Amino acid sequence: MADTQLLLGLSFALFALGLVGVMVRRNALVMLMCMELMLNAVILALVTFSLRTATLSGAVLVFLIFVVAAAEIAIAIPIVLQLSRQRSSLDVEGYDRLKG
Amino acid sequence: MTIEQLLVYFFGACALLGGVLMLVARHPMRVALALISCMLSLAGIYAMLGVHVVAVFQVLIYVGAVMVFMVYVIMLLDVRDPSFVRRYSHMLVPGVVLGALLAGALGVSAMKLGAPAAPIDSVAAPSYLVQPFSVEFLREYWLHFELTSVLLVAAVVAAIAVIRSGRRSDG
Repeated sequence: MADTQLLLGLSFALFALGLVGVMVRRNALVMLMCMELMLNAVILALVTFSLRTATLSGAVLVFLIFVVAAAEIAIAIPIVLQLSRQRSSLDVEGYDRLKG
Repeated sequence: MTIEQLLVYFFGACALLGGVLMLVARHPMRVALALISCMLSLAGIYAMLGVHVVAVFQVLIYVGAVMVFMVYVIMLLDVRDPSFVRRYSHMLVPGVVLGALLAGALGVSAMKLGAPAAPIDSVAAPSYLVQPFSVEFLREYWLHFELTSVLLVAAVVAAIAVIRSGRRSDG
């Protein structure tokens, strides 16, 4: 079986890739998907730690996080739809009206 | 080295490859497909670790619901905008530098963490199989399970409100 360090390293690498994607890409939908990648990396770390303790509550927490992620994407996608309908573009550099 | 360990390495490499492809792919549909392959590899890792419940949830909720929704939206919004031609914003160099620094720092902390490097034993956690987990889940955590439905209803109402408010500001 794989050890904890390997899984944690994979989780950290995926988190860093997702963060780079959010900072670097211009497309709003691609940025959303990179956030999903970061969330997946965090879930992998959570599963790794909950396997170390071998309790049930880790898996329950993962289930709740899945539900929250589904709710999050159900709200984020309509917001992106509204933004792209107003600007007729998915380019986040065109959304400079959102600057405070 | 057992076959499970080899498969964990294989799925881990596939997940990393999917993550890198997400950064370099040009069309959002290819990014979505790379993310789906990454999520499926993670589900394979969970299955190899013996956490069957999380593997099933990963495939059902993430790949089956969230990513299918995302693919629908990509097909709906196929606008040829500047973000297709120029993939990267002007934050490219600082973003990559920050990501490399973060990965290095987290990797160093992971190296320091597990000096024993305790091997994860799937036999130690038999309750992660689907049937015992479900019985325990609905016996102990039924209130949390019901509260998630409240959260989902709130999300549906919020999504409808966002769509309606945008329509009102249009006309």
